[in-house]
Amino acid sequence: MASRLLVGTRKGLFVVGRHRGGWRIDRAELLGDPVTMTLAEPDGTLHAAQDMGHFGVKMKRSRDGGATWEERPVPQYPPKPEDVVDLDPMRNTPIPWNVMKVWSLEAGRPGELWCGSIPGGLFQSTDGGDSWRLVENLWRHPDRKFWVGGGADYPGLHSILVDPRDPNVVRLGVSCGGVWMTRDGGESWDCYGQGLRADYAPPDQAFERRGQDVHRLSQCRTAPDHIWIQHHNGIFRSTDGGLTCTEITNAKPSVFGFPVVVHPEEPNTAWFVPGKKDQWRYPVDGALVVSRTRDGGQSFEVLKNGLPQQHAYDVVYRHGLDIAADGDTLAFGSTTGNLFVSEDQGEHWHNVSCYLPPIYSVRFANVA
Amino acid sequence: MASLHFTQNLTRHTDCPTAELAAATVAELFERYFESWPAVRDYVLDNQGEVRHHVKVLVDGRNLRDRRKLMDSLNPDSEVYVFQALSGG
Repeated sequence: MASRLLVGTRKGLFVVGRHRGGWRIDRAELLGDPVTMTLAEPDGTLHAAQDMGHFGVKMKRSRDGGATWEERPVPQYPPKPEDVVDLDPMRNTPIPWNVMKVWSLEAGRPGELWCGSIPGGLFQSTDGGDSWRLVENLWRHPDRKFWVGGGADYPGLHSILVDPRDPNVVRLGVSCGGVWMTRDGGESWDCYGQGLRADYAPPDQAFERRGQDVHRLSQCRTAPDHIWIQHHNGIFRSTDGGLTCTEITNAKPSVFGFPVVVHPEEPNTAWFVPGKKDQWRYPVDGALVVSRTRDGGQSFEVLKNGLPQQHAYDVVYRHGLDIAADGDTLAFGSTTGNLFVSEDQGEHWHNVSCYLPPIYSVRFANVA
Repeated sequence: MASLHFTQNLTRHTDCPTAELAAATVAELFERYFESWPAVRDYVLDNQGEVRHHVKVLVDGRNLRDRRKLMDSLNPDSEVYVFQALSGG
């Protein structure tokens, strides 16, 4: 049974624990500054990425469950050569070679960390975050010129899937840049995701893989070729590791949203937090629900027990929904500071707090 | 010697005491300062060594002109202040 949650918010990090009688906030850490992403390594080491606004991105690490934090090096882009032209294709303006936001953090081999950023750079650490290097072959890939911002002004790398069978195989989700994969630990990269469709693009560009606005990728732990994708345009599913994708159009109450999680052992079972697309971005009819499929997207159930069904305008960001390793416990947090946990695969939801700052990320953690 | 002062808001994150250093330009002043206080660099300058977008630098009461290379010249008694801009909050 899962027992701890890391909740990254606009005003700091909250550690939420399972106790007799329910889940409650145990710690409020790093208060005052936005925590854009967290990571709990298997050994219990915690990482938090901060966005200090004026003073830039900062990285913190805790080896005592969040009681104390040490400042660690921040991923850095190398000096931009004077002769390199790197322009946003829409505005024709220079892309900053600066870490503007840490948007994804994942662990690979022991000591290995991957970090995705806005404006799109991927960084790797092999010493637990004591140093970072830019993955140059992705940053210098000629097809990066197709990437554009989605939500933010510049492209963002939000999903990093380290294949449970082989840590040299890493898949990425880029908004807006599609689905990417390396099979050799980051030396070479290609864009996949055939079948992803963008109805916000002209018809002849709708299937251009390199410009797809994938909002979030989720990979089944025990069947890693099964990948679910919440896309700006709807829901897609791949059963061949992301090479090809099939669109699912019958999700209720809508196909729009940001997060998705797949059950760790049942690849046909996935959860979404739908919203009224995409010019509105709030729950359909003001009723906050989670949708679930158990049959690979052929049908969807609408889960609402314990969730507000009137005048709820919560948005759940792409990192705001997580499922624990047990496959039963889920949690999500919203832009209006509501945090919910379910211990029965979403059948019943329990409100942990409705007074948190806007929630950016929710992750289960193994913390002593 | 030019003096370099930092906003109190930065002391919440990292030690950055006022210092007096011999320097002909703001770039030189910062580099000398970072020799003693290396952690401050990343709070003030971005990955390209330019002044962060939402950091304000005042040289003898006027805004820093060269935010890219920081080549504004200093007098022996110049006062340089580093503030957070009102934007970016």
